Amino acid sequence: MSDTEVHLSRVAATRWRLAVMLTAIMTATYVGFILLVAFNKPLLGTVLVPGLSIGILLGVLLIVLAWALILIYVRWTNTHYDSRVADVRRSRRAGL
Amino acid sequence: MQSGEPNVIAMAGFAIFIVLSLVITWFAARQTRSTEAFYAAGRSITAFQNGLALAGDYMSAASFLGIAGLVALSGFDGLIYSIGFLVGWPVVVCLIAEPLRNLGRYTFSDVVAFRLRQVPVRVAAAAGSLAVVAFYLIAQMVGAGNLIRLLFGLSYEVAVIIVGLVMLAYVLFGGMIATTWVQIVKAVLLLTGAFLLAMLVLFQFAMNPLALFNEAVRLYGEGVLAPGRFVSDPVDGISLGLALMFGTAGLPHILMRFYTVPDARTARVSVAYATAAIGGFYLLTFVLGFGAMVLVGQPAIRAVDAGGNMAAPLLAEAVGGQAFLGFISAVAFATILAVVAGLTLAGAAALSHDIYVHVFRAGRASEKEELRVARGATILLAVLSIVLGIAFKGQNVAYMVGLAFAIAASANFPALILSMFWRKFTTRGAQASILFGTVSTLVLIWMSPTIQIDLLKHSEAYFPYRNPGLFTIPLSFLVGIVTSLAAPEPAAIEGFARLEHQIHLGEDEPA
Repeated sequence: MSDTEVHLSRVAATRWRLAVMLTAIMTATYVGFILLVAFNKPLLGTVLVPGLSIGILLGVLLIVLAWALILIYVRWTNTHYDSRVADVRRSRRAGL
Repeated sequence: MQSGEPNVIAMAGFAIFIVLSLVITWFAARQTRSTEAFYAAGRSITAFQNGLALAGDYMSAASFLGIAGLVALSGFDGLIYSIGFLVGWPVVVCLIAEPLRNLGRYTFSDVVAFRLRQVPVRVAAAAGSLAVVAFYLIAQMVGAGNLIRLLFGLSYEVAVIIVGLVMLAYVLFGGMIATTWVQIVKAVLLLTGAFLLAMLVLFQFAMNPLALFNEAVRLYGEGVLAPGRFVSDPVDGISLGLALMFGTAGLPHILMRFYTVPDARTARVSVAYATAAIGGFYLLTFVLGFGAMVLVGQPAIRAVDAGGNMAAPLLAEAVGGQAFLGFISAVAFATILAVVAGLTLAGAAALSHDIYVHVFRAGRASEKEELRVARGATILLAVLSIVLGIAFKGQNVAYMVGLAFAIAASANFPALILSMFWRKFTTRGAQASILFGTVSTLVLIWMSPTIQIDLLKHSEAYFPYRNPGLFTIPLSFLVGIVTSLAAPEPAAIEGFARLEHQIHLGEDEPA
């Protein structure tokens, strides 16, 4: 295994950890939200300001969280992962 | 709005959409000469285009009309559905999109079968795909028939036949290129329509959504901002949530979209565009639902359709008159057509690419032959969807979409994940996991109160929960793992290094 391939497997492992972590955050938050809906309806129904309940605020925040997690993943892979893959490609081509 | 009364502007808008989409199909047909063009649009779709097309595939009429109606009739509860449909996308981008693009060619079975024995895995994976496509397709066709009867005054059967035939024209002649562009046009129309409608509503509340929600509280009580009866049982709630979340990552027509882009990076970025569009759309839908609740009123919405499906069109009429009602109706029809086309193409790919080419011809079919079979499969599916659409007339179809997501999450998702990320996964494991996921979901739904009590009018159900996902998803993983460990497959373990290599570098690099 060449040096660049070792780098690739290292960055691949980092990508895998990031992907699993982001998936876990999304799943946990979403399941937590449903548990609140099931077990604590009065809390979610609490009105913060006229027209806005905690439930609606949390719901909208969940949508924003999904956006944020996707942006984090896409930005990280676009800057760190893709360049590493390109390095490996280049060195493989040079070696052939 | 009188239900069933033809609206001239709706008819005209719909006619324009059909003409435009057939022109697109005509241009696409001239480029559709290879299997790569037919299944994957020649891999020429950009990230932004694919993002819109993904959003188009995902924003079905069920979500536009159904969620707006759910919000209009029960307030906060409708938001639970919208969120469920969105939270699956981080999973898609993190775990599925890039590996799928790098490992497969046309279907998700390509990925599951990558290092396993082709024939048994293809049969199982195609069965999983077809089960999802069938239930999703029936739900869309029945929805289309009802909707068009209400919006345009056509008879149910005529509506189903029109949808079937127009969709057949897109897929048969224009393949993935036409389907993608129809999706893009439809997504833009749907987003524009929802945005304009939401703005017209908010205009009456000084552009402040909270003022709108507060007016809803004044009219219908604080309950509209709090969870209602929708998630009454925590097990059922989580079960539904998991099916929506992981089902997205197992829908064949969504997964197929990742093959239409040139590389993994484009696949990844397209998900970001798609979720921006889908999330924005659901937020707008929420405003539309409350808008209909306040400006149309719950009794008037129920009077036209008890399920609330007409909330958004009624709202369009209330704030924008007949012309805007016509526009929104045409958009809703376009939405159904586009989603049905995407589903049919995914089903045709499973039949021709997986079953015919890899099972019957052992991968040795010529491209011309495969293309011919794919077109034959398209005709078969179109005829079937028309027949089933008419046969299921009058059925409650909401559970069928739930069923499609539950099978996608229980049958397709575990096999896909295990095949890409677990070295010791075997052919037998994949077969067992997919078949268990499909059959257990079908059986548990059949035993559930939805079928036993609501549909068959029995006094008791064999299984207490309506949504099986919480049980079937982990069990499918378990079945796949245990079966694989029981009988290791050296060739599959050997192939894993090649798979890991190709996950990162793609197909063009020799291992």
